[in-house]
Amino acid sequence: MKRLFLFLPVILVIVLGVVLFAGIGKDPNRLESALIGKPVPAFNLSDLADAERQLDGEVFRGEVSLLNVWGTWCPACRDEHDDLLWLAEDKGVRIIGLNYKDNREDALVWLERLGDPYAVTLYDPRGTLGFDLGVYGAPETYVIDPEGIVRHRHVGVVNEKVWKEDLEPLVTRYREGA
Amino acid sequence: MYPELGQFALILALLLAVLLSVVPLAGSVTGRDNLQAFARPLSAGLFVFVAIAFAILTYAFLIDDFSVAYVANNSNSMLPWYYKFSAVWGGHEGSLLLWILMLAGWTLAVAVFSRRLPSVMIAQVLAVMGMITVGFLLFTILTSNPFDRMLPNVPADGNDLNPLLQDFGLIVHPPMLYMGYVGFSVAFAFAIAALINGKLDAAWARWSRPWTTVAWAFLSLGIALGSWWAYYELGWGGWWFWDPVENASLLPWLSGTALMHSLAVTEKRGVFKSWTVLLAIVTFSLSLLGTFLVRSGVLTSVHAFASDPERGTFLLALLAITIVSSLMLYAVRAPVVHVRSRYGSMSREIFLLLNNVLLVAATLLVLIGTLYPLVLDYLDMGRLSIGEPFFNLTFSPLAVATGLLMGAGVFSRWKKTDGGWLGRKLLWPLAVSLLVTTVLMVVYGGFKPWAFMGCFAAVWVSVATLWDLWDKSASRKGRLYGLKRQSRSYYGMVLGHLGMAITMAGATVVSNYGIERDVRMSPGDTAMVGDYQVEFIEIGDRQGRNFSAQYGTFVVSMDGDAVSILHPEKRQYLVQRSVMTEAGIDAGLFRDVFVAVGERISDDAWAIRLQYKPLVRWLWLGSIFMAAGGFLAIADRRYRVRDKATEKRAATTPEPRGDAAEALS
Repeated sequence: MKRLFLFLPVILVIVLGVVLFAGIGKDPNRLESALIGKPVPAFNLSDLADAERQLDGEVFRGEVSLLNVWGTWCPACRDEHDDLLWLAEDKGVRIIGLNYKDNREDALVWLERLGDPYAVTLYDPRGTLGFDLGVYGAPETYVIDPEGIVRHRHVGVVNEKVWKEDLEPLVTRYREGA
Repeated sequence: MYPELGQFALILALLLAVLLSVVPLAGSVTGRDNLQAFARPLSAGLFVFVAIAFAILTYAFLIDDFSVAYVANNSNSMLPWYYKFSAVWGGHEGSLLLWILMLAGWTLAVAVFSRRLPSVMIAQVLAVMGMITVGFLLFTILTSNPFDRMLPNVPADGNDLNPLLQDFGLIVHPPMLYMGYVGFSVAFAFAIAALINGKLDAAWARWSRPWTTVAWAFLSLGIALGSWWAYYELGWGGWWFWDPVENASLLPWLSGTALMHSLAVTEKRGVFKSWTVLLAIVTFSLSLLGTFLVRSGVLTSVHAFASDPERGTFLLALLAITIVSSLMLYAVRAPVVHVRSRYGSMSREIFLLLNNVLLVAATLLVLIGTLYPLVLDYLDMGRLSIGEPFFNLTFSPLAVATGLLMGAGVFSRWKKTDGGWLGRKLLWPLAVSLLVTTVLMVVYGGFKPWAFMGCFAAVWVSVATLWDLWDKSASRKGRLYGLKRQSRSYYGMVLGHLGMAITMAGATVVSNYGIERDVRMSPGDTAMVGDYQVEFIEIGDRQGRNFSAQYGTFVVSMDGDAVSILHPEKRQYLVQRSVMTEAGIDAGLFRDVFVAVGERISDDAWAIRLQYKPLVRWLWLGSIFMAAGGFLAIADRRYRVRDKATEKRAATTPEPRGDAAEALS
């Protein structure tokens, strides 16, 4: 009987191996979300810039937007920041920030120093909305249509290539639909 | 022509490795000494041919032979010679070759330094190492040949080495890290040999111990170098990002630490055998897993090599064969009978068991945190949030708990420790530690619960360790005599534990009391960071050998006295057109002042990142202590005296009196 327990490590390793095998060749930045086609989960968070102002799902209404998850603790978010500025300023894309598990002062300093690409930033210090969205690490970017429905999820850094290939077609489509 | 010789050397090495994995093993099974005797010469030959291949690749880099594809992709004629040298391991193929060179080196070392081992055991250990080498040589030759050529269209110049890697840190970081990773293959090979023989005894533990300790010491240094490099080269002033690749190096370190301690119990008391052998397998498996994660592209990471499904599949197959077969062997052969040896509830055995529980918990935590995106992806669900906050929240309590236990465990005795005696023993160290920690809190300005816990754990470990040294060195012939009488392995332990305490103190203080400021500055402006005043003097241009840079000048002063002049840079590398930040750091034992130049905001204004980092150096200083402890422990007399004794016997001049004299000396 005890002998059987000794087989436990092998079994665990085989299970892990199957998972790893499935991961080979997949782009780790492409992660489907269970929420695609569904509305953004309900939330009630304060505005990063104004602690008194409460925001909810209405911020997505009326215009297609990108929801960008970021934090000052995340080096990769710094990498994509210039591209987000470019999107907001040159392409006129509406970007909603989700400041994730961060500290309000640090985040405001960061935006002041690097520029603020966000139409508005939701402040989510405990990661509640992030949890509902299924965020597993920053940065992540979602395409949200004017009805507030999640259309696409991108895990990892947004750059020109990602914008051209993945995000722009969707943004254009839902813009026209509106 | 000569690059083909390199490839040929690799193929010859593969043939020797195949022989090494078959012939001595066959000899050990059939009991034929003449076949077992092949193990040592084959190991030496294997090393020689791998070294020839490595030397040829290095030569191709030094003479800028861009007909070799790997050289063209990772070097450039404008690189200084030392970076041409380190570029050998700057990409996937070359670093894999370095990995194999290390493996062959460890194999040779086992062959040379294990003359006292029974020949059956040495034959099996070397055969297992040969098998691992076969796997990795096949991987290199079939999927990642560093000697592939670009003929006849030889590029005029190379693609350059990634500028992030053009740094002293990179010259030394990968070799150290690989020494550690690969070094655990020795403990693994000993474990497999012991399982095959069914001899999991104190001798097996005694032989595995020094090898594990050395590998662990190298890995400690390698991780610290990586952290140090990230600190000054990435320009962020962070020292640990919980990046998948960093985690991949931390995993074998954590389980290797557990292994080192459980080996001690197995050697001294003959218990936990089954557990120790499992840890040896797991530790090397985690090293392999790290190699797989970095090179297969299944996870996103700043370190990852270009992902390639073919390589990933091959490596996974290699991993599967190695790990599954060794764990199957474990399942079938590991002893399940309870050893009769008894130990009480406060004995040293129990403390070391708890240490293992905590370290394994930490290993699992990091493993889960690293792999769960893959697992969730596989299960088609994304319902959990994680990231740096997750690791910080869950890892810190385990680290503190380990520290608290360590301090108490130092005083514990084998077999049985009287609870009341231990309680009284701990009273004074406890009081001293509380006092010191309180003073520290006052000095650093402000009580924070986690800072208090972390500092207390660090102080507690140091006080307990030194207290124990004081106790043990008491002698009627004076303190100095008592100190001299302690063994090197005891001093190794003292250094290792102090190193742990130093690293903990550094991590706690810098995380809780460091100051970061992002400010907008123009030449002539001043800004404060902590008690330091930083004045932006000027910024100009500077030409490097293969980059052009904006070169800033900052004066750091305190209370009006100049402390230092810093020159942070923003470098534009010419070939790859990438921008690198070189921070200006005034390093000190108790604090760093860190200035990095960011974006240009307007014509004369720049975004400047200023940081005050108390005790940040302690992070790496601690790991130097740990590594020194490891090296000191294996220099212990019990590993040397017997050597001499055996040599004497081997020379067939039995001199019992000489032996006795040496044992006393």
